[in-house]
Amino acid sequence: MKKKSAFMAGLVDGLPICFGYLSVSFAFGIFAVGSGLTVWETLFISMTNVTSAGQLAAVPIITLGGTLAELASSQFVINLRYALMSISLSQRLDGSMTLPHRLAVAFVNTDEVFAVAASRPELVGKRYLYGLILTPYLGWSTGTLVGAAVGDLLPAFLTSALGIAIYGMFLAIIIPKAREDRPTAVCVVLAAVLSCLFRYVPLLSRVPSGFVIIICAVAASVVMAIVSPIPEKAQGESEVAEDA
Amino acid sequence: MHSFWIYLLVMAGVTYLVRMLPLVLVKKKITNRFLLSFLYYIPYAVLSVMTIPASLYATGSLATAAVGVAVALVLSWRKKSLIVVAAGAVAGVLCAYLVITYLLPALG
Repeated sequence: MKKKSAFMAGLVDGLPICFGYLSVSFAFGIFAVGSGLTVWETLFISMTNVTSAGQLAAVPIITLGGTLAELASSQFVINLRYALMSISLSQRLDGSMTLPHRLAVAFVNTDEVFAVAASRPELVGKRYLYGLILTPYLGWSTGTLVGAAVGDLLPAFLTSALGIAIYGMFLAIIIPKAREDRPTAVCVVLAAVLSCLFRYVPLLSRVPSGFVIIICAVAASVVMAIVSPIPEKAQGESEVAEDA
Repeated sequence: MHSFWIYLLVMAGVTYLVRMLPLVLVKKKITNRFLLSFLYYIPYAVLSVMTIPASLYATGSLATAAVGVAVALVLSWRKKSLIVVAAGAVAGVLCAYLVITYLLPALG
């Protein structure tokens, strides 16, 4: 009985994430098809990647015939944050999370899934996590398919308006954090300034978009890690250590 | 230029390995402060680079996109949820579009 309720608790916690993903993945579907991918290619990208920022950056690389090195390195850097989240999550798992389950859950360890799972007061097990990732995964896939398939049936002004949704989601992640943490705010501004330089300065603007993301994000993060390293006990792992 | 399937394999493979390897391999705490700090900042730096200035070109109109971004900034500053901020940005763009397309010409 307790096992069943753990799954249900995860399911309930996942629903808000699912609804958020529906709108964002809908916009991604429109964007990818508008960039030249087919409906099925777009769906396969969402079903195998489940990552907004990485997918968004990959589409122009694919449609413009970029190199595999550019694609791989952009995905690596953009998705590097998941490594931190997986490291943090690895210390919050209970004994039911054996190797096969870790292999499965890692597939859908998105920003929002991680944030919800890591904020649970107790260690989380496989039933809770499977409940948690189920609807976000379906929402991400379904929204992408619908956006890709019928996005062009919508009036042009509406689909172009939906293009802003994914950036709204990014701002919803960035701004609250930057508001609370001054060094993060500085990092965000620094990264934005570098990004603008690569957009508007003549020679720099020729650098492929995948590399621009890598260069700017790594530069801003390295600078901030040097001038404003985080306090020794600021990480999620230390909380677990205190609980233990 | 490569086959779509090669691109798909590379991006899905890299994304999965980045998520999976730490979850499976990391057994003890990371203690290197520089590495922890770098990993702490990288998500926000990435999202910032992707959002600015690209979001201003997301709708095909600098004016409507700027309104959408402004609405998103206000809502996210007030710590609204992901879906509220995203929907608010879209609504802002639509309102700006209607004003620019219908109201301003009507006013002459």
